[in-house]
Parts: sequence; structure tokens; C-alpha cells
Amino acid sequence: MNNALKEHINQALQKGVRLDGRKLDEWRPMTIETGTISTAEGSAHIKCGEMDVVVGVKIDVGKPYPDRPDSGTLMVSAELRPMSNPRYELGPPSIESIEASRVIDRGIRESEAIDEKSLCIKKGEQVWMVNVDVCPLNHDGNLIDLGGLAGIIALKEARLPKLVDGQADFHVHTKTGLKLSCLPIPVTVVKIGDNFLIDPTFDEMSVADARLTVTSVEDGKLCSMQKGGEQPLSIDDIDKMVTLAVKTAKGLRKYIK
Amino acid sequence: MTAAKEKSALLVKDHDVVVPGEVLAQGMEYLPSQGTYRKDENIYANQTGLLIVEGKVLKTIPLASAYLPKKYDVIIGRVQDILMTGWRIDTNSPYSAVLPLKDATFDYIKKGADLTAFFNIDEYVVCKIFQVTSQNLVDVSMKGPGLRKLQGGRIIKVNAAKVPRLIGKRGSMVMMIKSATGIQLIVGQNGIVWLNGDPEQEVLAIEAIRKIEEEAHVPGLTERMKKWLEKKTGKKIEIQEMPEEESYDHRPPRRDGPRRDGPRRDGPRRDSYRGPRRDGPSGPRRDGPRRGPPRR
Repeated sequence: MNNALKEHINQALQKGVRLDGRKLDEWRPMTIETGTISTAEGSAHIKCGEMDVVVGVKIDVGKPYPDRPDSGTLMVSAELRPMSNPRYELGPPSIESIEASRVIDRGIRESEAIDEKSLCIKKGEQVWMVNVDVCPLNHDGNLIDLGGLAGIIALKEARLPKLVDGQADFHVHTKTGLKLSCLPIPVTVVKIGDNFLIDPTFDEMSVADARLTVTSVEDGKLCSMQKGGEQPLSIDDIDKMVTLAVKTAKGLRKYIK
Repeated sequence: MTAAKEKSALLVKDHDVVVPGEVLAQGMEYLPSQGTYRKDENIYANQTGLLIVEGKVLKTIPLASAYLPKKYDVIIGRVQDILMTGWRIDTNSPYSAVLPLKDATFDYIKKGADLTAFFNIDEYVVCKIFQVTSQNLVDVSMKGPGLRKLQGGRIIKVNAAKVPRLIGKRGSMVMMIKSATGIQLIVGQNGIVWLNGDPEQEVLAIEAIRKIEEEAHVPGLTERMKKWLEKKTGKKIEIQEMPEEESYDHRPPRRDGPRRDGPRRDGPRRDSYRGPRRDGPSGPRRDGPRRGPPRR
């Protein structure tokens, strides 16, 4: 069916229509809630069309890495559960989930949005460890973008727990948040035939020839990229995709308060 | 008992949406049927759905349900696997079906032929269920009018409980969507829908289908959909029934006349009709000692 589906999607794209009636550069209607998980230090819940993703940020006290004794740590993980889409199976993390978490991680890390040095409590002994967990509840494509957007919103909302005798008291939160110096937003542009689309659905993802995820910050500066899919991209293609991604990221900034 | 009878009261209205555990009626006056049960003096709902009051009988029509294979249903299935002598078909239900070689095609299939040439994995077929065993082993056939492999187009899934409303009275709803949008449309009883046509019209048809799904329990659906489609397309639409050969009624004709005129089937069933029997002994009483094991 994948071939038949691909042909069908391509036929529709020739006429400038996507299977759900959107234009090529149209984002699905999106709602964002914050603070949905009370046990997390920060959380965001995005619904975008059929896609439904929750991101929680957990901040705990831990020992720093020996080679970087004065910086805190950031870790992003994504979990693709069978509940979110029947195509996923239980078991060790799939390549797709590792890719999603690493691309989101790279965007936040390379943009230097979080000053890791500021997360140090006592050099060589105690630092704040920031964990970002991306969990799609209903997976209908575009996990990297929506996970990344929800991640940055959750990080912005996050408040450090109170420090009591060198231990975090998760019942009491301080007013200190993580000071984000910029807001990196990943946008995936998918190439199907000769067409470039944003915010692909699961079906569109599965028939895509190639995709390029571009993370950019407010002033349009790029901080990370990731190419996927089997087909190659020409320089011209990449130019178009990056321009589209940066333009889209600018539009998405209005969702971050 | 007479005291209980006096207190009998219906606590909900006809066509209310009820939820499991909701008390529908008090007293012995009312009778439970599909989707409801009696506990002590009360009748409770078993499933989320629309409550139907038929005289004294209470039943619910579920708002959402999985498809369960039924004989003579025409469904759209996905080829799941290729077997030694046929194909395994995913029926969008807990039970997969088998399409045996002899029911798959009128062509002669040579011994050892490549079965993927007929139906390959992940292709969709319109097929008819011709047997469901008590163990829910399902057999489907491709021999019959309109049964074929689906080429091109796209598949969407709808709630199986809403399929009758989507098809409409004698296929009128399907015919309406087809004539309004000019696309090809096949609705499987299992909630799988195949569409093929102009992309924009496909989107409109899907929008219509989702609207039907959402509003299936509100009366006057056909009229509302007609107006909605006329507004969307700017075309004048006439409600028409489906021609006999395309019909969704694939049951063989009954000898004692058409089914429509037959006895109503949705009345109370004997197995859920427990009311008055409580009053007295219902069978021969076993007053004597029960017989023990046979003597050696």
C-alpha cells in the first residue's frame, strides 16, 4: 500500500493539495497547554491535528561528569510507545526514537540556550541535571518539530526544586527557572517528488523521499541540521528547505509566551 | 413485589446518552435488553450509548464499537499475509479472515503459482464474509458483484458503529456524497472506507464522513447532510437510493418475503427477560434427593 499511497499523495500534490486538505506550507491547527504534569518541574502538551505529544522536564541533583566538573547536564529522550501508533513495538529504543531525541537535544545544546555552567551547585560535586522526556500520546507525524517546540516551552516553564541538605525537594519549587538565552525551534521540511512540505503527517513521513530538519533561533541563525530519507538533496533543494524552515520557525514563535 | 411495582420509574429519557453504571430505571416494571442489566430493583447501563426505550424494554445503541465479523457483510480488508492456499486478510476487527484460493478468482491458478501476482501484501480488497464459525474463524470470498481488488485511491477508517448511518437508508448517504463530490467511494461494513477522485473533492468527502460520524446520533441527519453538501459544493442534490446491483444488502433473499416485512428482531430477547420469572418456580421442582453417582 505504501507505493499506492505514495502515488496518491503525489497526484494530490501535483494539484497543490495534501491529503488532509492543507496547503504545502500550512501548519496543522495547534493548541498548547503548559504545566499539565504536576510531578514534573516543567511540562508542555501540544495537540497538532491528530498528533498529541507531551514533554516533561525533570530537574534533579547529581554528580557532574569528571571532564566537565562545573557544568550541569542536559539529556533529551523520546519514547515511541505502541499506544501512540500501532506501528511501534515495545522493546529497546528504536532508531526513530533515538534520532528524534538526538535531533531535539542537538538543537537545544548547540544553540547554547541553556548555560550549563549556571547549573553548577558545587564544582565537581553537585550540579543540576536537566532531563527532557518527549512522549507522543498519539503519533501522527512530525515528532521532532512538535517535541522540540514542546521541549523548549517546557524548559521555559521549568522551575528548579528547592535544595534541602544537598537534595532536591520536589514538593517545593523555587522561583528560579532555567535562563534560556535563545529559543531554538526545529522545523522539518519533507520532500515528496518535487514538492516541499512542512508539518508532515505520519503517512506523508512514511512516503517521503527525503527530509531535512533545521533548527534555528530568533534571528534566523541555524544551530543544527539533520537529513533523513533515502533520496539525495541538491544544493538548490537545501537552500529552499532551509529558507522555508527558518520562515516557518519565525511563525511558530508566537506560540511561545 | 406490588410495592416495587408502584415505585417503578424511568429515570432517563428516550434517546438520552447514557454511561456505564448509570441507573436507567427503578422497579420491576422495565426490562433490560442489549447494553443494559438488572441488579436488584434497578436497571443499569452497560455501555456508553444512546438509550432506546421501546415500551417497557430498555436498550442502548453504542456510540463507538469495534467491528465484529458477520456473515454476508461486504468489507474492505487488507492483505496481511500469503498462505499456502490463500491469503490472510486483516478485517479491522480482532479476528483476521482467510481468503481461500478457490474463492479468490475465476482464473485458473497453476500449481506452485506466485500468489502475490493476484493479491500482494498491504493491498486492499473488497470482499464478502461467507462464513464465521463459532470460534470466530472468518472466511471471505471475492466472487460476487462489486468484489475486487482496490487500485489507487486512499483508505480511511471510521467508527464501525457509525457505518450504518454513513451508508444511509439503502445506500442513500453514500450516493449523496458520491453525487456531490463526484468521487469513487466504497464503504466496508468493517469501518474501512476507500475513496478515489479529485484530491480537493476527496478532502470534502472526508470532511462529510467525519461530520456524519460526529452527528450520527442526532435525528434528521440525511437532511442536514444534504444541506451541508449543497452549501459546500453549490450543487443541487437529490436524495436517491442505491441501485440494486450496488446495494449494501448482500443477504440472500428470504423465502418468506423480504426481511423488512418480517418480524422485528430488536425486541426483547428471551435470555435477558428475567423479570416476572422471579415470582414463581420456572421449571419442575427438584424436591426429591438428587441422584448420586451410579453404583458400581
